[in-house]
Amino acid sequence: MPGPASYTGEDTLELSLHGGQIIVDLALAALYEAGARLAEPGEFTRRAFQAGKLDLTKAEAIADLIDATSVAQHRQATLQYDGALADLYGDWRQRLTECHALLEAGIDFPDEEDAPTQVGQPVLVILEQLITNLDAAMDSGNITERIRDGFQIAILGKPNAGKSTLLNRIAGRDAAIVTDIPGTTRDVVEVRLILGGYLVWLSDTAGLRETLDVVEAEGVRRAHAKADEADLRLWLVAPGDTAPAEAGSGPQDILVHSKSDLREADDVSRETFQISAATGAGVDALISEITRRLKSIGAQAEAPMITRARHRQAITSARQEFSQATSMLQSGYGLELVSEHVRQGSKLLASLTGHVEVEDVLGEVFSSFCIGK
Amino acid sequence: MSTDFDVIVIGGGHAGCEAASAAARLGVRTALITHSKAKIGEMSCNPAIGGLGKGHLVREIDALDGLMARVADRAGIQFRMLNRSKGPAVWGPRAQIDRHLYREAMQNEILNHPNLDVIEDGAEDITETDGKVSGVVGQSGKTYSAKAIVITTGTFLKGVIHRGEDRIPAGRIGEAPSVGLADRLYDLNLPMGRLKTGTPARLDGRTIDWDRLEMQPADAEPIPFSFLTDRIEVSQIACGITFTNVETHKIIAENLNKSAVYSGAIAGRGPRYCPSIEDKVHRFADKTRHQIFLEPEGLDDHTVYPNGISTSLPADVQDAFVRTIPGLAMVKIIEPGYAIEYDYVDPRALDHGLQVKALPALFLAGQINGTTGYEEAGAQGLMAGLNAARSVLGLPSAVLNRSEAYIGVLVDDLVTRGVTEPYRMFTSRAEYRLSLRSDNADQRLTRRGIELGLVGERRASTFHVKHVQLESGRAHLEAESLTPNEAAKRGWKVNQDGQRRTAWEYLAYPSISFDDLSKAFPDLDDIPEAIKAQLSIEATYAGYIDRQKSDIEALKRDEALEIPRSLDYASVGGLSNEVRVKLEMIRPSTLGQASRIEGITPGALTALLAHVRRKRTNQVSSKHG
Repeated sequence: MPGPASYTGEDTLELSLHGGQIIVDLALAALYEAGARLAEPGEFTRRAFQAGKLDLTKAEAIADLIDATSVAQHRQATLQYDGALADLYGDWRQRLTECHALLEAGIDFPDEEDAPTQVGQPVLVILEQLITNLDAAMDSGNITERIRDGFQIAILGKPNAGKSTLLNRIAGRDAAIVTDIPGTTRDVVEVRLILGGYLVWLSDTAGLRETLDVVEAEGVRRAHAKADEADLRLWLVAPGDTAPAEAGSGPQDILVHSKSDLREADDVSRETFQISAATGAGVDALISEITRRLKSIGAQAEAPMITRARHRQAITSARQEFSQATSMLQSGYGLELVSEHVRQGSKLLASLTGHVEVEDVLGEVFSSFCIGK
Repeated sequence: MSTDFDVIVIGGGHAGCEAASAAARLGVRTALITHSKAKIGEMSCNPAIGGLGKGHLVREIDALDGLMARVADRAGIQFRMLNRSKGPAVWGPRAQIDRHLYREAMQNEILNHPNLDVIEDGAEDITETDGKVSGVVGQSGKTYSAKAIVITTGTFLKGVIHRGEDRIPAGRIGEAPSVGLADRLYDLNLPMGRLKTGTPARLDGRTIDWDRLEMQPADAEPIPFSFLTDRIEVSQIACGITFTNVETHKIIAENLNKSAVYSGAIAGRGPRYCPSIEDKVHRFADKTRHQIFLEPEGLDDHTVYPNGISTSLPADVQDAFVRTIPGLAMVKIIEPGYAIEYDYVDPRALDHGLQVKALPALFLAGQINGTTGYEEAGAQGLMAGLNAARSVLGLPSAVLNRSEAYIGVLVDDLVTRGVTEPYRMFTSRAEYRLSLRSDNADQRLTRRGIELGLVGERRASTFHVKHVQLESGRAHLEAESLTPNEAAKRGWKVNQDGQRRTAWEYLAYPSISFDDLSKAFPDLDDIPEAIKAQLSIEATYAGYIDRQKSDIEALKRDEALEIPRSLDYASVGGLSNEVRVKLEMIRPSTLGQASRIEGITPGALTALLAHVRRKRTNQVSSKHG
């Protein structure tokens, strides 16, 4: 394919081969001999980006697409590439341009009858809307990051509630040491797996109890930390025991009665999950409940999202600038100072929205107001 | 009279005067060639100087010891500080000018300037020797030799005046365009564009019913443009304010097809910020009135400039619509308005010294570069004259950075982004606007001016005195301090955070004035009033200036990364065709400039940076090898 119409903008040769590892290996060997080398990870996308064929958000979307290891990740990466993000950022950019235009019309055209003299109120309205939008994007951004990096599910409970056995059962392999000696699991053990199309980190934690053992106490502290950051918490309760004091009952919490093989019939109510990790009874029902809950969290992420920590950083800092501008406007500071904060905020968002150019701002001023002394 | 010079400036307008003076101040033998000495310093359009952004430029020209501010101080008849209700960073000094007084004062400067000869002749051609300019051929047939030439001929390139269906080839009304020089410029094959601008009818002030009008007086205490002017001696007048109305708009709308702009006769692009009255009526049809300032052109001149109704309608239509305006029912038009269309040289053909890249030692300044306004012209003239003289002295061009001066913003915008409409300065173009203020132009630029040899003794010593006063005043403020508790006892509203603060820090609070500080620390009262005012402004912005420092550092890093003028962009991998064509046309001198070119992607910059770095490393290693 001759450039610049190719993906990278350079002349490109594409070979379609029959399946089968031997054919691929032979073709590669011939190419190496002719002086070719394998591309570095992301090299094609980098070249396409350098040739101006992709903007930054598209390039990142493709990076995500290549990394995508689950269906949901793939769906979201596709969404971003299609320009849903570009639309969102385009809208922010438009609002920022309007905001700048109001401020600059108030500053640069003081003698004009048609130039707005009281720009404070409309500027406030735009800034507040913008802050609301940034906040919404940040909220959904959390979920988006989870979809990309994996949801966190923590298995929690008192010592010897059967947590490690459950982990092993779900993971289908011996990812943790399983013993029936209380306090064996002192650190957090994590297994990476796919549940309902989502990437999931399932973690086994130390049993929650008061302890004087320094090492075990550290394990308990880490278990608490894991519980705090988890998207879902599985609280395991052994027969004859009660749920730990920390166990919640929110949408992120699932109460699970373990060791059903050792229970008397009707020991607990039918509404909670009863499993025997040892025999596998009830585990499939638990997995489908986990999947159901992940899907309902994930559904919130169907809107265009922030997929990178870099974006979050930029948005957080920009939000600070806009809220500073808002409060300064309300306390009667000069427009030139308010404008400086808006300008800094726009600059922080520039990697997402592209620069808000002076010419665009002036264009907005001249098309909105009849200026012309 | 000698015909042998170092620098020749062609044109006696605002760019030409500053260029000639700047070159002469550097000590090289300079000549200014103009059709008519009597026209030097003529204000061909609106008789006013300054405003937002423009006032900043005037102060900067002054800080570099240029002429415009001092001349305007001797000719200003209505001084107003615009935006007084807003922060000092966006105050814009502006004055209505007596055209006659201005011309007189400017001619006085130019005709008595050391190292400067004024030659009354038309410039018919420029000569080249060994790929450099070498002289000027006059319409008189005389030739004048020069090592560098500055062309500041305004709108003379294929200038056409439009009024209704009339087309008059001209520069300004009554001036013949110079054909030979234009042909020479076209022969250079520089990229050209076409622009238009307009002017309103001139009115006879004796036929205006002033009593019916709202009047706008001058400031009670006029603030001069120049840092060297102590006070304004010229008597001050008021301008009138009136409005168009529905009746006016009806006449204009009915005759729209007779306007040169709307009949399609004009191809050039006009300024968005200075639309004709036809444009205003057409584009803002819901507006029932448009404001007009009636600006007297002088103390002893009955000509009035009605600012806000520039037009290219036929004279009879102008007559009819003007008379519908309150106060103008009986008005007599002295000279009807017109639109002028002209070619300009795409300023991307120039380097940051305003030198034509394709022909060394030829400099262009002013409207010929696609700008509008006396201030923009003067600022370019100063830089072009300075750099013409420096090229004669074998020195590289002096460039002001975007973080140092509006002049830097102006030149960088022109040579990097080009223009699509007559370019006018606004404060919003300056990203470092909080530090580029009109009040501190001297503190920003005069030292640089002294180093460049642009600044005379009087200004240098005035600058040094003020600089020392500011430094010692700031040191004094930093030496005094109060706890928040003590501050609260004085009734100051401050954070009770236990943090001891200096008087300098307290001065940054909008609610604490210098007088408040003087009550706490009586010694501070010894500081002169003007210095107090200056320190108060600086304290207000100090926090922001600190914030901007890292921006400025980043800018300077990018500006320090030089891109070779001769770089073969085809050999830079990873550039799209579109980007490559733009880079080849502009040939940015630094990575910073490249980043400001429209449509240059971050990817292209990375590729460019990588290429230049690699090339440099190769060169260094091959030198060693």
